[in-house]
Amino acid sequence: MPVILITDALIFLLIAVGIVFGLYAARHEHLRGPWRQVGRSPVAVAALVVMLFYVGIGVLDSLHFHPRIEPLAEVGSPAATVNEADAVTGPDGKTTPDEQGTDASGSQRSAEQAQEITQAKDTISAAEPGASAPTYSTQIISVLDLLLSGLRERQEKTFSAPFATHLFVKEAIEQPDGSVVRAYPRLEHGGAHLEDPSQRSFDLLFRGLFGAIKGLMVWTAIMAGLIALLGWRRRQSFNDTATALWRGETAVPWRVVLITLAIMLVLSFTAAELGAKYHILGTDKVGEDVFYQSLKSIRTGLVIGTLTTLVMLPAAILLGIMAGYLGGRTDDVIQYLYTTLNSIPGVLLIAAAILMLQVYMTNNADQFESLVERADLRLLFLCIILGVTSWTGLCRLLRGESLKLREVDYVQAARALGVRHSTVIARHILPNVLHIVMITVVLDFSGLVLAEAVLSYVNIGVDPTMNSWGNMINSARLELARDPIVWWSLAAAFLFMFTLVLAANLLADVVRDAFDPRLRSAS
Amino acid sequence: MTAYILRRLLYAIPILIGVNLITFTLFFVVNSPDDMARMQLGDKRVTQEAIDTWKAEHGYDRPLLYNADAPRLQRLTDTIFFEKSLKLFAFDFGRSDSGRDIGYDIRQRMWPSLAIALPTLLVGLAIAISYALMIVFFRATYIDFGSVVLLVAMMSISGLFYIIGGQFLIGKLFHLVPISGYDTGLEALKFLILPVVVGVAAGIGSSTRLYRTFFLEEINRDYVRTARAKGLRERVVLFRHVLRNALIPILTGVVAVLPLLFMGALIIESFFGVPGLGSYTIDAINRQDFSIVRAMVFLGSVLYILGLILTDISYTLVDPRVRLS
Repeated sequence: MPVILITDALIFLLIAVGIVFGLYAARHEHLRGPWRQVGRSPVAVAALVVMLFYVGIGVLDSLHFHPRIEPLAEVGSPAATVNEADAVTGPDGKTTPDEQGTDASGSQRSAEQAQEITQAKDTISAAEPGASAPTYSTQIISVLDLLLSGLRERQEKTFSAPFATHLFVKEAIEQPDGSVVRAYPRLEHGGAHLEDPSQRSFDLLFRGLFGAIKGLMVWTAIMAGLIALLGWRRRQSFNDTATALWRGETAVPWRVVLITLAIMLVLSFTAAELGAKYHILGTDKVGEDVFYQSLKSIRTGLVIGTLTTLVMLPAAILLGIMAGYLGGRTDDVIQYLYTTLNSIPGVLLIAAAILMLQVYMTNNADQFESLVERADLRLLFLCIILGVTSWTGLCRLLRGESLKLREVDYVQAARALGVRHSTVIARHILPNVLHIVMITVVLDFSGLVLAEAVLSYVNIGVDPTMNSWGNMINSARLELARDPIVWWSLAAAFLFMFTLVLAANLLADVVRDAFDPRLRSAS
Repeated sequence: MTAYILRRLLYAIPILIGVNLITFTLFFVVNSPDDMARMQLGDKRVTQEAIDTWKAEHGYDRPLLYNADAPRLQRLTDTIFFEKSLKLFAFDFGRSDSGRDIGYDIRQRMWPSLAIALPTLLVGLAIAISYALMIVFFRATYIDFGSVVLLVAMMSISGLFYIIGGQFLIGKLFHLVPISGYDTGLEALKFLILPVVVGVAAGIGSSTRLYRTFFLEEINRDYVRTARAKGLRERVVLFRHVLRNALIPILTGVVAVLPLLFMGALIIESFFGVPGLGSYTIDAINRQDFSIVRAMVFLGSVLYILGLILTDISYTLVDPRVRLS
């Protein structure tokens, strides 16, 4: 049963706006030209490919639903022993989607219940499948959770290093002869398929290679498709197109695109292959897979980076243009408004607003159906507050630009001909400031992603139950005091964040160079 | 000049009133003092009596805007708005929720904040300007390209990483300086090194890149071409002509943040255990001490507006073409 959280709805709105704007830009040369220039920059296309992977994961993580639960039988089949139940929930990785959904719903409950459900499912599927109306779990999961249900379920007891086969902390283990030794116990899931842990490096190599080859195969298929498509469009033979492409003779640097794509595909397939048997980035304090957390955090980062801009854009554009174009009293009021908001230190304004939200939420806890919805609302609220603190910059830029545009001949002519203000703004001013809006949107993105981490560190960021890089860093920094240190949570969060922000920064540079007329004339 | 400064200061008043109204709305109207008391006392089933005692202890037991029970003028002064918000204008911050004098705390904690923020700013400025100048000297070569890539990469790293990494590398691995803490007098020096180094490293990427664009903007100007045509060496052109003119936007940018240095660096201070205003704010946020947060919001706004005024004044000082109006 699908669920649409508020941020999900806004993400889809954002995608729709993006598509509409893309269509609009494609038909207007002054916007299409710079974007074409962006598309011809090798750095920009490489960054775009990387960001596409992130966005893909983010979108998958935005499709939420209540998983279906098979109805529980009155009495569990006595034949279904614990071992059998384990075999069903075990780290198979290739179970059918339906089974995965059921398993996923069970994992959050206690282990006993999960077994009960599995047992019940066994009996029902044996007797009469789908007899009664389907019931839905109250839990909300996303399509990404479904795809990664293997990663999500394989919880260990506590910390374990990346690719480890043993737990990170010593435990009392009972030996077969009855004596108790303190040693590192084997992990329940990580590398559990190995009879002898010393074979690990060979196994890792083998599986890694296998994953890489799978990735390369998919890549080859995509490459062949791309070359065929390009060849068909340019009416060239397949071989000619391939040669041109690999010599870098195409206008769009497809060679760079393909190389980046190859790296990303090989990395993700290797990670998927290894992730099925190991914790490739280790586990955290409660034994949750860090790789899973990092992937789940992508959505949070993207939402903060994009929705904040979406929230602030209408106000910034409207007020900025009005202040610059109308001038006079309107200008004074709007200037006063943004100077006032700007003079409050951003972090403190966010802190004050989030503290107030917390007070509201503790006192009205019954209004929220589930933790996910509560966290989601807080995320949205954070976006709004970040938007309130960051719209002033764009507003000032737009005011200055419209102030200039107001005096331009064609605007004066339009006014003289009796065109209404609203029409002048829509037809003449707005299209001429769109490039500023676009540059700001792209430039702000990376800063917002980084800001999320800092805010979460101060506990005024996203909800503590929500997966985010800031929360990962926040919970991991205390473990640095351990000896030997637990570094993988931090490293994973920083690595994922760095890749996204670097790609965004590189893209922003190219976009700004392409759209900024001043720079264009200088070079 | 004096008249201009006076006018600017007068103009700051409505802005501060606006700030005050916003914070008042946020803290008292969105959630009533009752809600706040309930939150502080921690339980949903707190008795009304307990709430009333808490409110009386912390001075929240008055009406918000208008006290109908009080005699004459006190109808307006014996209210939360007057006591908690208007008194901020006289820099009377009152007492924190834990009963300490906020004004005293701020005066005490200002200096450690400054001791970190000022060296960070100066060292960062020196490094960023010289590095940017070097990049511009080698412009359109591989040094330029490589440096820009390096700077973008440095910008893309989270500030938290610099802090955690710096603490681990310098403090733990090499045991050069203490990891965190603070001391008075000259002893403070060894505690200051690490935060300053981390602060400089975290800021170098964006500032150097910004300064590089400033320099590049100047280098295409006519006067630079004239200087070269005169036969001046590139070194002289850069230092005597380009640097001097590019310093205008750099310095005015610095002047704008000067007053805010008192506020301290939030994350760095709390991470390195420096008892400055930054860690004060963070602690207040974590303890949900609203009085302190309110005081800091007001202080921050005052300092920001001061920065704006200083920027305008410094513009006229370094660039005679700009006239005050």
